[in-house]
Amino acid sequence: MSFLLRRLAFYLVAAWVAITLNFFIPRAVPGNPVAIILAKFPGLSPEAYKALGQVIGGTLDKGSLWSQYVTYLGHVFSFNFGTDLAQFPTPVSQILGAAIPYTLILVGVATAIAFVLGTVLGILAGWRHGGWLDRALPVLMFFQAAPYFFIALILVYFLAVQHQWLPPGQGFDASTGVVQGWNWAFISNAVQHALLPAFTIVLTSVAGWMLQMRNVMITTIGEDYVVAAQAKGLSRSRIIYTYAARNAFLPQLQAFGLAIGFVVSGALVMEIVFSYPGIGYNLVQAVQNKDFPLMQAIFLVITFAVLVANLVVDAIIVFFDPRARAREAA
Amino acid sequence: MSVWRNLPLKAKIGAVVFGVFLLIAIFGPIFQPYDPGFAPPDATLSLNHPSAKHLLGTTQLGQDVLSQLLTGIRLTVILALAVGAIATVLSVLVGVTAAFLGGVWDDVLSLITNVFLVVPALPLLIVLLGYLSTEGQLSTIIVLAGLGWPWGARVIRAQTLTIRNRDFIAASRESGEKTWRIIIFEIIPNEISLIVANFVNTVLYAIGASVALAFVGIANLESFSLGTILYWAQDNNALQGGAWWWWIPPGLAVALIGTALVLLNSGIDEVGNPRLRASRGSAKIAGRRVWTTDPTPVLAQLTASRGRVGAFLHSFSRSSLLDETPAGGELR
Repeated sequence: MSFLLRRLAFYLVAAWVAITLNFFIPRAVPGNPVAIILAKFPGLSPEAYKALGQVIGGTLDKGSLWSQYVTYLGHVFSFNFGTDLAQFPTPVSQILGAAIPYTLILVGVATAIAFVLGTVLGILAGWRHGGWLDRALPVLMFFQAAPYFFIALILVYFLAVQHQWLPPGQGFDASTGVVQGWNWAFISNAVQHALLPAFTIVLTSVAGWMLQMRNVMITTIGEDYVVAAQAKGLSRSRIIYTYAARNAFLPQLQAFGLAIGFVVSGALVMEIVFSYPGIGYNLVQAVQNKDFPLMQAIFLVITFAVLVANLVVDAIIVFFDPRARAREAA
Repeated sequence: MSVWRNLPLKAKIGAVVFGVFLLIAIFGPIFQPYDPGFAPPDATLSLNHPSAKHLLGTTQLGQDVLSQLLTGIRLTVILALAVGAIATVLSVLVGVTAAFLGGVWDDVLSLITNVFLVVPALPLLIVLLGYLSTEGQLSTIIVLAGLGWPWGARVIRAQTLTIRNRDFIAASRESGEKTWRIIIFEIIPNEISLIVANFVNTVLYAIGASVALAFVGIANLESFSLGTILYWAQDNNALQGGAWWWWIPPGLAVALIGTALVLLNSGIDEVGNPRLRASRGSAKIAGRRVWTTDPTPVLAQLTASRGRVGAFLHSFSRSSLLDETPAGGELR
């Protein structure tokens, strides 16, 4: 079986664990979430009651735990996440559909920029080990060590509150009368609103990629084949990019795969700071409203997204690593 | 004191800054001028600028920000240390057990570790804490620790695998030592620097995660931690209202603690990996910086010998790509 198929199997196991956790958490916690909700929504209609039962189970849902589990699995695989409680009777999948594009585009683009920029800076810092770029690293590390939202708040304060160069939050400005959709007025408005959040993501995550790449570069530069390339008198850029960075990039990719979860977590907090109408903002809203169906659906969506992203990273690793390619062919 | 002298400068700076915050956490609340929760009925005390009476100003409700900050540092630091300690113990347990027992045990534990590494932690934390009551700190500590161990377990397992095959372990096994004695008295003392680094890392994670959770409102909002102070500041539009004294001090405190821990950690890293140290080891030859090749020879990657089940399970991991032998078996 090829490496990618095996990885796919592994991610399926991970997805199953997440799905199962999602099923058992509400049924296992002490206290009674059902009572909380019933107190919160006194005028619950029979349909809402049924929707609630599917998610939380307990006395609301009929049948044994096993039959509940089977029903639940069926719902998950048909992307039927039930009905939202806070905005009853909107289906949860509709709320998700509105939120996902915001998160996907903003976080995807910002992370790609941060990764590429950090990797290139890391290559240069590692090559000129002890040079000015290398010495600037502790400053960048401050941006990474400081809590993300603190940096974001400071930037909002200076760029949006004091100077009003960029909008301080929201996904787009509804007061200008733009209509959501693929029209230019909306897109330009949305891009304008995405600039500041994207900048904060890049600023706070670039140091991590840079440090990682720098460390691997330094180790790679000490390898005999790099010394041999230098002895041959190859041009510096060829040594840096074709000999050293090419090999240092593989651990960097592995690290990227491991860090996707953190990237997503950072994005959640970003959306809170900017009241950005994506997945993370909806998740926290759902928790505060005790809107359990939405909360659980978002957790699953995020997990699936992370798993798919990991599989993509695996495919890229196979593409870049000749050893892996050879094994795939074998 | 030789350990201290050998630490790189950044590790020393990190240790000193973190030490200062530890002292604040221990003794700070003794010096707090007011009760952090006390909201005077006097409306003129709302959102005061810093003054001699209130060194860091007051909140919307007229509470003293400095007092809140001192209490908040204590609560956040205690929580992070507790999470760090529990999660590190879990990491050591899982990592050492997996590597030492080897075989199917190793592969099952590694599989579990990998699954928890790939499932995103913060959303799971939010969902778990959304169901659990957030009245005390205990549920936050348990959940953070319960999700904070896989990174450490992975690193410790790799280290234990290399130690396990050294002669002194074989010697103590031959002399009839029990397995648990070998683990506690031979293996763990030899990875203490790794365990310390892992502890520092986990504390860093706990501070980041707990502050982020509190900031989004998933915490006990009645108590004063650095995160909840920021939550209330954000909730009352301190940013838009220009009340910088309300949100800058707690944010800066978190930033400083975080930076101190990162410095400490990368310093510890450099002790373990001499190459990462600044240009001391390099020489300039004909205007070019040349590094000596690695002073310590890299040992061949030792992979545990695997049975059929083990090899099958291992083949699903990303690291199986790096195995020298196709089946992921041992290096001969």
